[in-house]
Amino acid sequence: MGSEQEYIDIFDRHRELIDEPCAKLLNDERAKAIIRFKATGFPGIKEENWLHTNIAKRFSADYGMNLGRVEVKAGTHDIFTCDVPNLRTHQAYIINDTFHPGNNGKPLPEGVILGSLNDVAENHPALLAPYYNSLAGKGDSTVQFNTAFVQDGVLLYIPKNIEVEETVQIVALLQANVEMMSIRRLLIILEENSKASLLLCDHSSLQQQSLSTQVTEIFIGRGASLDLYELEETAGNNTRVGSLFVRQDADSRFNHCNITLTNGFTRNSVEVSLEGKGAETRINGLAIGDKEQHIDNRTLVDHKVPHCTSNELYKYILDEQSTGVFAGKMLIRPDAQQTVSEQTNRNLCLTSCAHMYAQPQLEIYADDVKCSHGSTVGQLDESALFYMQQRGIPAEEARHLLMYAFAGEVIDSIGIDALRDRLHMLVEKRFRGELNHCKGCTLCK
Amino acid sequence: MENLLEIKNLHATIDGKEILKGIDLTVKAGEVHAIMGPNGSGKSTLSNVLVGHPAYTVTEGEVIYKGKNLLELAPEDRSHEGLFLSFQYPVEIPGVSITNFMRAAINAKRKYLGEEPMNATEFLKMMREKRALVNLDSKLANRSVNEGFSGGEKKRNEIFQMAMLEPVLSILDETDSGLDIDALRIVAEGVNKLKREDTSSIVITHYQRLLDYIKPDIVHVLYNGRIVKTAGPELVMELEERGYDWIKNEN
Repeated sequence: MGSEQEYIDIFDRHRELIDEPCAKLLNDERAKAIIRFKATGFPGIKEENWLHTNIAKRFSADYGMNLGRVEVKAGTHDIFTCDVPNLRTHQAYIINDTFHPGNNGKPLPEGVILGSLNDVAENHPALLAPYYNSLAGKGDSTVQFNTAFVQDGVLLYIPKNIEVEETVQIVALLQANVEMMSIRRLLIILEENSKASLLLCDHSSLQQQSLSTQVTEIFIGRGASLDLYELEETAGNNTRVGSLFVRQDADSRFNHCNITLTNGFTRNSVEVSLEGKGAETRINGLAIGDKEQHIDNRTLVDHKVPHCTSNELYKYILDEQSTGVFAGKMLIRPDAQQTVSEQTNRNLCLTSCAHMYAQPQLEIYADDVKCSHGSTVGQLDESALFYMQQRGIPAEEARHLLMYAFAGEVIDSIGIDALRDRLHMLVEKRFRGELNHCKGCTLCK
Repeated sequence: MENLLEIKNLHATIDGKEILKGIDLTVKAGEVHAIMGPNGSGKSTLSNVLVGHPAYTVTEGEVIYKGKNLLELAPEDRSHEGLFLSFQYPVEIPGVSITNFMRAAINAKRKYLGEEPMNATEFLKMMREKRALVNLDSKLANRSVNEGFSGGEKKRNEIFQMAMLEPVLSILDETDSGLDIDALRIVAEGVNKLKREDTSSIVITHYQRLLDYIKPDIVHVLYNGRIVKTAGPELVMELEERGYDWIKNEN
């Protein structure tokens, strides 16, 4: 073991400090998680799921952890600028790893809770107990690490039959002048026939090295519907370890679009468990890399029951020396008859130094299903580039147009017009190299 | 009339194989030239070399266009200078709409000429007008460039782009291939409507039928990388009757 021992020592030494401000629910799960973490440590690069992503090394830097919950004042500048033009949202912030209420316009519908995970766990333990860590409990050791150390995060609860019309926006920010680790948690519960759209912006980067672990558990009840848009805009010295767990009941709908616009070193894991007949899921992703960026997306769609539909589209555009990893598994269990499942992974390597590791997987144990998957790695179409040049479009511009067109297919899956327009513009800017020196969340400015 | 294009002793290779073996050709402003010839004689290579396709290497000779050394210009600058190629096989560009494609092309040209970008209203008006010229469905204009287009729609789209860019010298590379007789007429009429006194065309074709609509002033036969015969329009009929074998035998 390497750096994990240091974290274990910190945990053992400061256990009271960690537990003290936290709800019993968090502490109970913490106790189980630390045992699991101690047993395995961080995943090594010989493990199947981590072959190309050396996460232990990323944890070995000397990050500050705010275990004593020293209050961080939220800069009003950050709070008030995270608006997407033409999009009214209910906002919440996670600054470092503490919940801060945002700049809310309209009040949320009756019964909806958008608040600090720890506060709600303290005040309504019975509400959260059936959910908290029920999916993540089986997660890998980075997830156990998060559960062991986490002290707060965001809870979004939507009671049955309630539709939240305005998008809920949760923004993660880091404020510190030292190397910093953020350990945050999101718990999202949609009861029967409720509906919401959620935008998660990850802007947790500092001038110094930073690492954030984010574990999200989502429960989508019978007939409920959730659109989830995740956007990472961090910087080269940031590491993100994200794990998303989704459980869908019958006739529920989940639409996920995960965009890595700028980053340093990113690992995202998405696990969707289809547990009720007629559930539909769509998980899309777009990763744009250049310089030394590393983007690893691992997905699992677990079809456990009949008559569910899943659709997956992940696209990577890798420039310079960047690295992309995609491992997507569709698991069709014996009971999952009449499954319709499609997975597509398309990747562009713009230079000979860019690397893409693609591993599409389809495991089918039922005999009456319709499934397909495909993966390609290629370069920009030379004949299209020349065709455009012949029409007078300069080579560089032609490249941008083709890259933008390639990315556009993913962005078009975003159901909110204002957000889709904004992302089209941001991606175009990204290709032109105009986002390199951004300081704030560009989604908003 | 002044010389618009002068090709002198042009040699070109692809993958080390010599395809053009000394082409000499002069096109004056306002002229329509037809280049005919059997398969594999180098017709498409000539058009690709003129527009600067990177796969071809010019090993000898020169090309003077509007008094400039054409071979030194980047492909996009050749386009800005008024050179247009209607591709034999127009390329599909998924995800790029014809509207965005043309806007990028028009504005790049205007930038090259030191002009302001065209405003949106003016641009859309121009799109409408030029679309009408070749009966290009307005629905096609919102689709990705050539994606899922029929052969006829692709060629019509080429002539539509030609109308938008108003070239000085247009090269039509087998624009008739894959067209039925109605589509051929529409495309040819489009080309004729775009003809101005000072603009020139090089029409590359195997067959007489396109030249029934687009009347050439001068007809060349390209064979084995060289122009082996040059004559007036009457040569078209002769080739139609006798085929290319007599030319092959003579050379």
